[in-house]
Amino acid sequence: MNILVFVETSEGKIRKTSLEAVAYAHGMGGTVTAIALGAADANELQAIGKYGASKILHAADTKLNEHVIQVYSSVLAKAMQDENADVLVLANSSLGTPVAAKVAIKTGASFASNVSELPNTSGGFVVKRSIYTGKAFAHVELKSPKKVIAIRKNAAELKETGSVGSVTNYVVTLNDADFNTKTISTEKATGEILLPEAEIVVSGGRGMKGPEHWGILLDLAKALHAATGCSKPVSDMGWRPHHEHVGQTGVKVAPQLYIAIGISGAIQHLAGVNSSKCIVVINKDADAPFFKAADYGIVGDAFDILPKLTAAVLAAK
Amino acid sequence: MKILVCISHVPDTTSKIAFVDSNTKFDTSGVQFIIGPYDDYALARAIELKETSGATVTVLNVGLIDTEPTIRKALAIGADDAIRVNAEPTDSLFVAAQIAEHAKGYDLILMGRESIDFNSGVVHAMVGEMLGIPSVSPVMKLDIEGTKAKMSKEIEGGKEQVEANLPLVAGCQEPIAEWKIPNMRGIMSARTKPLKVVEPKSTESSVVTQKFELPAPKGAVKMISADNVGELVTRLKTEAKVL
Ligand SMILES: Cc1cc2nc3c(=O)[nH]c(=O)nc-3n(C[C@H](O)[C@H](O)[C@H](O)COP(=O)(O)OP(=O)(O)OC[C@H]3O[C@@H](n4cnc5c(N)ncnc54)[C@H](O)[C@@H]3O)c2cc1C
Repeated sequence: MNILVFVETSEGKIRKTSLEAVAYAHGMGGTVTAIALGAADANELQAIGKYGASKILHAADTKLNEHVIQVYSSVLAKAMQDENADVLVLANSSLGTPVAAKVAIKTGASFASNVSELPNTSGGFVVKRSIYTGKAFAHVELKSPKKVIAIRKNAAELKETGSVGSVTNYVVTLNDADFNTKTISTEKATGEILLPEAEIVVSGGRGMKGPEHWGILLDLAKALHAATGCSKPVSDMGWRPHHEHVGQTGVKVAPQLYIAIGISGAIQHLAGVNSSKCIVVINKDADAPFFKAADYGIVGDAFDILPKLTAAVLAAK
Repeated sequence: MKILVCISHVPDTTSKIAFVDSNTKFDTSGVQFIIGPYDDYALARAIELKETSGATVTVLNVGLIDTEPTIRKALAIGADDAIRVNAEPTDSLFVAAQIAEHAKGYDLILMGRESIDFNSGVVHAMVGEMLGIPSVSPVMKLDIEGTKAKMSKEIEGGKEQVEANLPLVAGCQEPIAEWKIPNMRGIMSARTKPLKVVEPKSTESSVVTQKFELPAPKGAVKMISADNVGELVTRLKTEAKVL
């Protein structure tokens, strides 16, 4: 089986979720080739090999620095053909998922997104995907000879295999007509840990009382190297930016640790966090529904507990 | 301007999810169905565009007859007419193929960024691919200027300002518009608005759902005293092993 993995770059660095996609492909068995499009750091490209890619293709054309979905999908469909790939694997993302869907149509492949485990190939090719916003799973059979899979975070363990891959330049011919969307500007928090990729998330709700109180939450996040999230009303009221909104209608996270502060635990919020490995809830109301979904809970006032918790984290380092 | 809004018919966000027939079928008993929340944002923006620029709004749903109350609700909110493709929406590719069949001739094709039942999040991209027109998602702001759409699109950790020519497919999310609640007049007029039922275009599905599964139940919560916050850190390190 030949597997092609599309790795996404962000400021020249390979996204961690993309490395998980490489590890996922390695876990499937077969020959793994990774492909990166646009500017990428040479050492970062080389390092992809450690997760099991024997070959790393790099298309450095500067026109690929703009993430045009149509352009990316044409390049990847062609790369699947060139590499004789049976499967394309990539990480779910605002770029990766639509690109994957288009590649599936171009190549006649079966498609699944939100895939949470390695495929079962004992009879056919069956993947497990998350549905009903994390409240259930479906086992779906991908019947076409070619497959395109978009995986969710933690679908594979990020493990070095001890192998080394070779980086080769991949030459692309771009079609002008594919540049059918134009990015005018990008606003992105730099240096922050991205919420969908974070291993620890510290999240605040209406119980934080106002944006002016976020300092104590940010202090805890900093001590834990965590990303920050929030509930929907918090982003609706403009206390925090929209991209931090976690839940059914926001970002779905799957960190090792999710700490919820002053969030009641409405079912729509839980839908975005129920794939977290460990959930800690801090709430002054002992009857808050979130405690039922938590691994650890503290009943108390956030304004009292947060500074103490930050101090305890720093002391334990 | 002609706008097509594609809506899904999905369980209310508070629904308890369960399966029957040895985990091969969704258990609809006691479940209330709604317009997909993201599709509802798309519909709300379409109605705003109708009010400000005189667009016509058609809603389309791929579903069996039980989705008609959901479609009527979209008409009550302000859509002019509706199309129901009479088929079970089995997978993204199938749904996208049905939409593409009816979407030609529209300037703007709006839908939610994803449905909240199967969460594939790709129907907009697939429809764009099938029609050979641009698709953008998730769109948080959309304005039409002449033959161009100006959009704000969410990306991981931020947003992008994106432009594309019409016709265009957009997958929508908040805060593109505020959800609209139908008023009495809307509900009355929805009863007589045209709802056309068409048979699906046959496409062979290459994705087959074998069975469903519920996540393993969570163990009981371990409570820690507010006076002993340090214990939480210790337990996260040694017991949960997440620090
Ligand atoms: C279709 C739909 C989709 C939705 N999608 C989402 C979504 O994606 N994400 C989302 O979050 N919500 C979503 N919601 C909204 C959801 O139903 C809840 O309204 C929301 O999650 C509540 O936010 P909250 O917990 O911050 O606020 P509240 O429910 O007001 O809870 C505040 C909590 O803070 C506690 N508190 C107050 N003061 C303190 C203090 N000093 N110290 C400690 N604790 C304190 C209170 O006890 C309470 O439990 C959706 C709703 C609908 C209908």
